[in-house]
Amino acid sequence: MVREFTLGPATREAYAAALVELGRTNPNVVVIDADLSKSTYTAKFGKEFPDRFFNVGIAEANMVGIAGGLAHSGKIPFCSSFAAFMMCKAYDQIRIAVAYPKENVKIVTTHGGISLGEDGPSQMSIEDVALAATLPGFVVCVPADEAQTKDLVKRAAAHVGGVYIRAGRPKAPKIYDGGEFPFGKMRRLEDGKDLTIIANGLMVAEALKACDALRDDGIAARVLDGYSVKPLDVEAVERAAQETGALVVAEEHSRIGGLGAAVAQALAETTPAPMEQVAVQDTYAESATPAQLFEKYGLTWRHIVTAARKVLGRKGRRSGGDGAATATGPADAEPHPFEV
Amino acid sequence: MPLSVDDIVPKCREMRRDIIEMITAAGSGHPGGSLSAVELIAALYYRVMRHDPANPQWAARDRFILSKGHGCPTMYSAMARSGYFDPATLSSLRKMGSPLQGHPDRRFMPAVEASTGSLGNGLSIGIGIGHALKLDKTDARVWVMVGDGECQEGQIWEAAMYAGAHGLDNVTLIVDYNKKQLDDMVRNILPLDPLGGKFAAMNWHVMEIDGHNLHSVVEALEESRRIKGRPTAIIAHTITGKGVSFMENDPKWHGVAPTKDECTKALAEIGA
Repeated sequence: MVREFTLGPATREAYAAALVELGRTNPNVVVIDADLSKSTYTAKFGKEFPDRFFNVGIAEANMVGIAGGLAHSGKIPFCSSFAAFMMCKAYDQIRIAVAYPKENVKIVTTHGGISLGEDGPSQMSIEDVALAATLPGFVVCVPADEAQTKDLVKRAAAHVGGVYIRAGRPKAPKIYDGGEFPFGKMRRLEDGKDLTIIANGLMVAEALKACDALRDDGIAARVLDGYSVKPLDVEAVERAAQETGALVVAEEHSRIGGLGAAVAQALAETTPAPMEQVAVQDTYAESATPAQLFEKYGLTWRHIVTAARKVLGRKGRRSGGDGAATATGPADAEPHPFEV
Repeated sequence: MPLSVDDIVPKCREMRRDIIEMITAAGSGHPGGSLSAVELIAALYYRVMRHDPANPQWAARDRFILSKGHGCPTMYSAMARSGYFDPATLSSLRKMGSPLQGHPDRRFMPAVEASTGSLGNGLSIGIGIGHALKLDKTDARVWVMVGDGECQEGQIWEAAMYAGAHGLDNVTLIVDYNKKQLDDMVRNILPLDPLGGKFAAMNWHVMEIDGHNLHSVVEALEESRRIKGRPTAIIAHTITGKGVSFMENDPKWHGVAPTKDECTKALAEIGA
């Protein structure tokens, strides 16, 4: 039996709530949006602190440049739009006005991934984490739920330097009651010896469900929340490779350039181990409900279970042990949608 | 101490010599658009801007952003000659370890207000600084210089519309309108005219001046300080390569360094 989660607020709602709290304690916090403040919810900050809120209109490039200028003069700008528009329309400005001069700007996007659903691929972002992570010096985080988002937003304000946080549109399963989520760490949510599942964002809940399903089959999965894509907790990855010998990485992002790619790099540089990815393949999605999209594009706990069995098979073959016998059959029963 | 216009004239010759010597020594760079901006940048550093080279992080300083970052030799010369750093450093332009990067870089020189080089960015950054200065209730100003070709970037117009709509009167934009861009004349690539009219339509106070007439330059810059409720755009008509006859009005000199012989010839023309 897989567990069920209570739905909490969307991570974008948690972001806005954290912003208002920050605004009350830190007069240097300013917020900039590009005509999406009712969707990113930064309007809540604007309502309480109109002097420190700038809505630049539909002009993302100008918005990020202004954020750089505000930071240059000692403000702590939180700059928000949808992930797709922020990272794809204003990437040059993030590079030139923020990352390269090391300005203290926080880029917090919403509607990351494909879970925004019906609005379709022009609004979706499966590239943003890769784009953010490749900016020198940037911290890149993908929170799973309300409590984690709030903690990461407060950390972002306290951190001197560029930070990217990707929030989502839909209500998010509640994973945490609170807690500390330092940059560069992973949070262990389940322990197991057979394999490790690393996930972030909405995929954390799916990973925990997959862990339950695997447990029913006698497979013990370690589950790590990889909310900090950069810096990555390389030590946790290495320990997972050494202690469990196989990994599945799950994220609501392109399989290229995101958490999975970062983990694969860490494995290659430390303790190589078989790894499978549960992620959006090299394709754009379409309009549908989030649940339909997660099903079609391979982002449910069942896809994680499939990937787990597949990677256990590889682990078995690699070690010459008997793991393969228990692992290969079920994987064939439920082929990955993009391997058909 | 602000200099008189008459005293800035020899400073302009000194800047032109620095520019030619720096770019020749570097073996690469952008002489055309550096020379066209000399009077504009000299007027700012030697007279109009409120700044203190001994205290480059002074909170109440005016900020200058060279959005057309390829013109940085002019700014480097003005900074060195006004006391930010030893003029002997000028000869290290574009060399390994030099604070004088090929385009302005705050990491190597914190007194540079913005790292530029990707055209179109400076005005937005200046607007952000302008907002912050107003939040902090200081009367410091932001001076942003863009190239004419740079005005083909969409971001300039996002920023222009924004600054006009918000009446950001502590921002002055200076367009070094030298009529040349890398590939050809601006009018042959993508014409800008009426350039002043575009800014005026977006609620800017617009002045059009001869960008090599120091009296006009100083007067326009100082007038912009007095304009309330609107940002100011100064369209400065200039000549690419100004001061070196064989470079003037020739797009070839946008991004080519002079040879040693050409350097000698140019220095002789500029004079002492």
